[in-house]
Amino acid sequence: MSSKNLDTLYRQVIMDHYKNPRNKGVLEDDSLTINMNNPTCGDRIQLTLKLEDGKVADAKFEGEGCSISMSSASMMTQAIKGKNIEQALKLSKVFSDMMLGKEYDEDDLDLGDIEALQGVSQFPARIKCATLAWKAMEKGVSEDKEEQE
Amino acid sequence: MNVGDIRQMFPILDQEVNGRPLVYLDSAATSQKPVPVIEALDKYYREYNSNVHRGVHTLGTRATDGYEGAREKVRKFINAKSTEEIVFTRGTTTAINTVAASYGRDNLKEGDEIVISYMEHHSNIIPWQQVARQTGAALKYLPLQEDGTISLEDVRETVTSSTKIVSIMQVSNVLGVMNPIKEIAKIAHENGAIMVVDGAQSAPHMKIDVQDLDCDFLAFSGHKMCGPTGIGVLYGKKKHLEKMEPVEFGGEMIDFVGLYESTWKELPWKFEGGTPIIAGAIGLGAAIDFLEQVGLDEIEAHEHKLAAYAMEKMSTIEGMTIYGPKEASKRAGLVTFNIDDVHPHDVATVLDAEGIAVRAGHHCAQPLMKWLKASATARASFYLYNTEEDIDKLVEGLVKTKEYFSDVF
Repeated sequence: MSSKNLDTLYRQVIMDHYKNPRNKGVLEDDSLTINMNNPTCGDRIQLTLKLEDGKVADAKFEGEGCSISMSSASMMTQAIKGKNIEQALKLSKVFSDMMLGKEYDEDDLDLGDIEALQGVSQFPARIKCATLAWKAMEKGVSEDKEEQE
Repeated sequence: MNVGDIRQMFPILDQEVNGRPLVYLDSAATSQKPVPVIEALDKYYREYNSNVHRGVHTLGTRATDGYEGAREKVRKFINAKSTEEIVFTRGTTTAINTVAASYGRDNLKEGDEIVISYMEHHSNIIPWQQVARQTGAALKYLPLQEDGTISLEDVRETVTSSTKIVSIMQVSNVLGVMNPIKEIAKIAHENGAIMVVDGAQSAPHMKIDVQDLDCDFLAFSGHKMCGPTGIGVLYGKKKHLEKMEPVEFGGEMIDFVGLYESTWKELPWKFEGGTPIIAGAIGLGAAIDFLEQVGLDEIEAHEHKLAAYAMEKMSTIEGMTIYGPKEASKRAGLVTFNIDDVHPHDVATVLDAEGIAVRAGHHCAQPLMKWLKASATARASFYLYNTEEDIDKLVEGLVKTKEYFSDVF
């Protein structure tokens, strides 16, 4: 098996998030709910966000999909929790650049586990799996912003 | 039928993907193209590319002969009564949309019913949803048996005197089930309904006789039967097509154009607005010649054999779920499956690293996925160029996939 190639995709930390997802569940009360799916493959995510004082106070996700989409969702919620919204969006931009194989500027951001997803950029068919949760987060933040305005 | 010789005619198969010889098991999505089809397209563009039905010049005549010659090949291929009943379309989707938008809109009203099944492809669901919304007709779903087959008893119960249209796929792109179209058509007709057949997964793999099936419409695509993309066929009984309004208006489809009103060309051209898919039709004609030379019965038998072999080998893998009927005799040449604890996308990625191409996802059949209680599945589909060795490699790849994912956990 040409597993060298595959190992760049299926890193241990990704499989750990897939098997033991962080922040799995649904936030109650006045949280934001974003549903998103990937119509070409059937992956589905429900993200609930609690935005308070310009910060992501809490985030949880539910959904079904492949190891890449679900681990990315787990890592995303972990990464944005406690961050201010600007930072969360910046992180999303960095992630998007990473997926496109572009140079990315992590600046003062701590990518943590997210860096393990870097290998996905070499598997073009799987990029959409990895970006699903991030797109849901961006959608939630922009809907919240529209509501505030 | 010598598969070795046949493989020689598909140059694309002779390559390495990710350092491994390509094993192409995604023909239900699109088939590969044999040399005669590639050459027919090449020859058309090199030697006689020209617009049809209008030029006085020699190339125009040659192009017209090629295009209309292909129509005759299609007619013969499905045993239609005349070429007036053969409309070239962009594919199955366009063909079904034409029936829904023209026949459907003219013949449906509130209180009428359209009957489809849970196993349909989106292209045989959404056109009917739309026309139901527009006309007030109700869309009804035929239930499926435990093994995914349709029972005629259910058909008799679901189809009523209010049913105006029954539209069913002949072969399922997910379950591999072959539906009893002739019997369903009979029940439809007894109730005064017409029978529409989605032949996307049957036309490439078995002999179809529209007169024997007694279907009112049949839709299929060229690219799944060794032909080019962008060409498909709508067969319709002349008595229906004659009464139907065109869906697309413009050049090519008119007889006389006035300032405020126009009249249409005769059949089948009134349904072919704009410069037609000339190269596509010629390529489809070459594909039909090729398939007939090999023999549709031989192709069908070969695929049955492969399906039986795949079912037998794959079911030895622990944690394997195979969807659809268990008996190989009830199914066409594809196997849809899931492995416990490994998502089909991951299965497809690991197989791809081995040079094996399979499909993963919902296969454009979300209502069926819901019925199967699976958000996604993987599918291996076979055609005349596949071998038992391809299936051995698939099984080997699946075993490795399982090992790989149990290792990382």
